[in-house]
Amino acid sequence: MRGGRPVLQGVSLTVPNGQITGLLGPSGSGKTTLLRSIIGSQIIAGGTVEVLGAPACAPSLRRRAGYVTQGLGVYRDLTVAENLRYFARVLDAPASRATEVLAAVQLADHADQLVSELSDGQRARVSLATVLLGQPELLVLDEPTVGLDPLLRRDLWAMFADMAAAGATLIVSSHVMDEAARCDHLVLLHDGQIIATGAPSELRAQTGTPDLEHAFLRLLDPHVAA
Amino acid sequence: MSPRVASATATRVLTQLRRDPQTLALVLVAPCLIVALAKYLLDDQPETFDRIGGPMLGLFPFIQMFLITSITVLRERTNGTLERLLAMPLAKLDILAGYALAFALLAAAQAATVSAVAFGVLGLDVTGPASAVLALAIANALIGVSLGLLVSAIATTEFQATEFMPAFILPQILLCGLLVPRDQMAPALQTLADALPLTYAFDALDRVARGDGLSGRLTIDIVVIAAVTLTALALGASTLRRRTP
Repeated sequence: MRGGRPVLQGVSLTVPNGQITGLLGPSGSGKTTLLRSIIGSQIIAGGTVEVLGAPACAPSLRRRAGYVTQGLGVYRDLTVAENLRYFARVLDAPASRATEVLAAVQLADHADQLVSELSDGQRARVSLATVLLGQPELLVLDEPTVGLDPLLRRDLWAMFADMAAAGATLIVSSHVMDEAARCDHLVLLHDGQIIATGAPSELRAQTGTPDLEHAFLRLLDPHVAA
Repeated sequence: MSPRVASATATRVLTQLRRDPQTLALVLVAPCLIVALAKYLLDDQPETFDRIGGPMLGLFPFIQMFLITSITVLRERTNGTLERLLAMPLAKLDILAGYALAFALLAAAQAATVSAVAFGVLGLDVTGPASAVLALAIANALIGVSLGLLVSAIATTEFQATEFMPAFILPQILLCGLLVPRDQMAPALQTLADALPLTYAFDALDRVARGDGLSGRLTIDIVVIAAVTLTALALGASTLRRRTP
């Protein structure tokens, strides 16, 4: 239930550790509600959500999981470095960690610029950088690449792959189909229900289509018609 | 409670304020001009200026911190930073303590500036110690912070938050005793005034400015001010929800 309206019904899924799980679906299909349920900020009307072996709302998870919302989530009237310094102190991360994450999102040259002066893509990376400060085991990213140019999207996805290779679990929502191919595992959501899950290759094989975009359209078609 | 998170939050809020020189000018300079205006308005009644001047010093922090808090916290709720902070390992009280600390410092700077102008330049003369007036001005700022926090939960836009100002604050100013002494009001209005926090803040300032010692009534005022501030802060904290529908 979100905002008094039932959003997700009969959803049951398991997300593998140390992999990138892509959550895909049209706008309004319940992606954000599902992510909020996983991170524990959504009050759920029924059912259980277990994350890293604890209930989703357990306080211990706040240290182990990071959440990047669709909104900006950083202060526009502070510089990039000031934002990171603040969140680092809140997370009790060493100050050196701020320099590390800035390098990781390629913003080291913009450390002293105000967030309000940055481009959308740079802002999205500041937002991501603040979550990386705490080195979370689970990273929940709600459409992190919306409005970014292809080059930047490629770099971010390469970074996600590095993090998964280092043992982190990532759940990334997107409605850009070409990003689905970069995930290890996919969940397709439509109108609050899961209509398909599996590795990209499995979904392509299942539908007999050469690319994922067609695979998704084929999977969605019977639901849209109904 | 974590002093680390509270002090980090206070530093962050003060840095944001420093980035906004217009707000700082409005907080520090505008009240001085208003006190000067009152001084010349009451040019031929210096005793009236001395009577209302002290309490006026305490009203500015109340009104301005109310506005500033309601809008900053509302902004924090709408731009996603609050949701992010609450998903981090911290206590809600830490964030609130950080805000209270930052705005108390701003209020102290404001009260000190206005007092310097009022006592030094405009010749305001109160019987009681100026330091007590300053301390009460800061206490008033904290009531403003706590009520502003509450309003930030009720208002859904910054536009609404500013509209709450006249609705929330003006009746309290009318009834607190600044314009008409409370014992000259109709009984119904007196009862209403007794239910409003600013009444106690004004009464305390008035007594201190007139040089009353720590009388029974002043003690009651201070207890009420502290109780209202803490209750509003606690209510405000309960509106910072980690989990929302």
